[in-house]
Amino acid sequence: MKISIASGKGGTGKTLVATGMAVSLASPGERRITLADCDVEEPNAYLFFPERTLLERKECLVPVPVIDEARCTYCGKCSDVCAYHAMAVLSETVLLFPELCHGCGACTIICPEKAVSETSRSVGEIFRAQSGDVEIIWGELALGEARTTPLIKAVKDGAEGETVIVDCPPGTSCSLVESVRGTDFCLLVTESTPFGLYDLNIALRVLEKMNIPRAVLVNKSGMGDRKVYEYLKKRNIPLLMEIPLDRKIAQFYSRGEIFAEKMPEWKAKFAGMVREIEEMIS
Amino acid sequence: MKQMAVVSGKGGTGKTSIVASLAALTSGRAVYADCDVDAPDLHLILLPQIRERRQFFGIKRAFIDSSKCTRCDSCQDACRFAAIVDFQVNPALCEGCGVCKLVCPAEAVEMRECLAGYAYLSDTRFGPLAHAELFPGEEASGKLVAMVREMARDLAAMHKLDLILIDGSPGIGCPVIASLTGVDLALVVTEPTITGEHDLERILDVAAHFGINTAVCINKYDLNPEAALHIEALCLERSVRVAGRLPFHSSVVEAMVLGRAVVENGGPVADAISEMWGVLEKEI
Repeated sequence: MKISIASGKGGTGKTLVATGMAVSLASPGERRITLADCDVEEPNAYLFFPERTLLERKECLVPVPVIDEARCTYCGKCSDVCAYHAMAVLSETVLLFPELCHGCGACTIICPEKAVSETSRSVGEIFRAQSGDVEIIWGELALGEARTTPLIKAVKDGAEGETVIVDCPPGTSCSLVESVRGTDFCLLVTESTPFGLYDLNIALRVLEKMNIPRAVLVNKSGMGDRKVYEYLKKRNIPLLMEIPLDRKIAQFYSRGEIFAEKMPEWKAKFAGMVREIEEMIS
Repeated sequence: MKQMAVVSGKGGTGKTSIVASLAALTSGRAVYADCDVDAPDLHLILLPQIRERRQFFGIKRAFIDSSKCTRCDSCQDACRFAAIVDFQVNPALCEGCGVCKLVCPAEAVEMRECLAGYAYLSDTRFGPLAHAELFPGEEASGKLVAMVREMARDLAAMHKLDLILIDGSPGIGCPVIASLTGVDLALVVTEPTITGEHDLERILDVAAHFGINTAVCINKYDLNPEAALHIEALCLERSVRVAGRLPFHSSVVEAMVLGRAVVENGGPVADAISEMWGVLEKEI
């Protein structure tokens, strides 16, 4: 079972919820729990597991063209065919902008001189670690890289636990789509403020389009207004949990501590919520 | 013309609340641009009157004409994104590279422009605003950010204004890079948490990578004073100025619920933002 934790707006508490769920489900001898952090731009779920042991670290490689200048006639066909403007052919040289390349292979196919071949380059790293009964896997996008999707895909492919909790990046565009794709259920974390509601609505439309079962968790409840609750009721979207606005929880979080470990009643609540999700998708 | 972008590594640190307040403080003197195109919230405070809507075309997508398709498999074999199954293109997976069209022996593939969102030119009570909406789940947010920024420059020229304030998106990827390119100053908003600090370092590294001048704002600094001091030390070490320290206070959410900028409502955070703007204005 794969459960994704997403939100349109940033900072609503995805990582707080994902880490809380992971430790609440983990117990010795039970099913393997993997926490997969797909926020490859700013991965930080692993920070909550300071006693982790690093098991594996590897580069995420993507294909990229290389030009054999001895064969190249500078005809410009590769540059014309590239949909991403990753190549420019000047009179006697070919310029390559690897961070724009999607690795589609069009330049290799079109070159009449067979001057374009492929090599690979790293767009970031994938890490795997173990902390108690939780396995954590995350990706770290290399600085200056624009495209996140190959690394997100690699993180998800590497998450092998029987239960996988996917911590998604904020936003509602391709990074979110790639992160939630193939998950059995998506829990959207929001806050009951105008910004929270506006972005929740966009994120819900992404999930509707992708046909992924979904529900909502309201974090920092007690602040803002009641509009998120009215919206959920009107649209008949299940509200699975509320976590109150509580300075104590915020302070645990700020120190990198998992609040469910410090306030054990929450472990039972998270475990109960996951059972509810299992019932919803079975 | 000067441009300042407000960004953050971590989401939800308060970028939009700060930009709305800076808009109130620079009222009549600047153009505003909401470049967080896939979670745009600035309009909820600036309440724009839309003057013009422009279509945004993102990536092209492949379409297979089944009457011409000979089911030869060439496109399916060549597609690196696994976007073609049973001789049909899954638009959610298609990245618009055109390889399928290139390899199709029957000329059955057509690449079509797809409407992926809208960009708007608007008026607000503080001045002109360029903003956008990307359709849910779409790609090419960086391209839409570039479009919004170009529209903001046009607005600035038209209204003879020489300052553009940009509300950016969280992260360090495509839309963030597009928001940062060529700005005179990036204000990075962070919070005193272990994740805030980690994400701050990543975005400062990216800004340095592109040679962009930065300043930092520590929001909710009193939530964890020890962590705030840690961030101050980190900034000192990197020679990055801490331009503002904002307290954690309910007036921020209260103003948001009323559709007002924090500085329009007053309170301790409003005072701290005004003070910060004094520092930033000199920096630009």
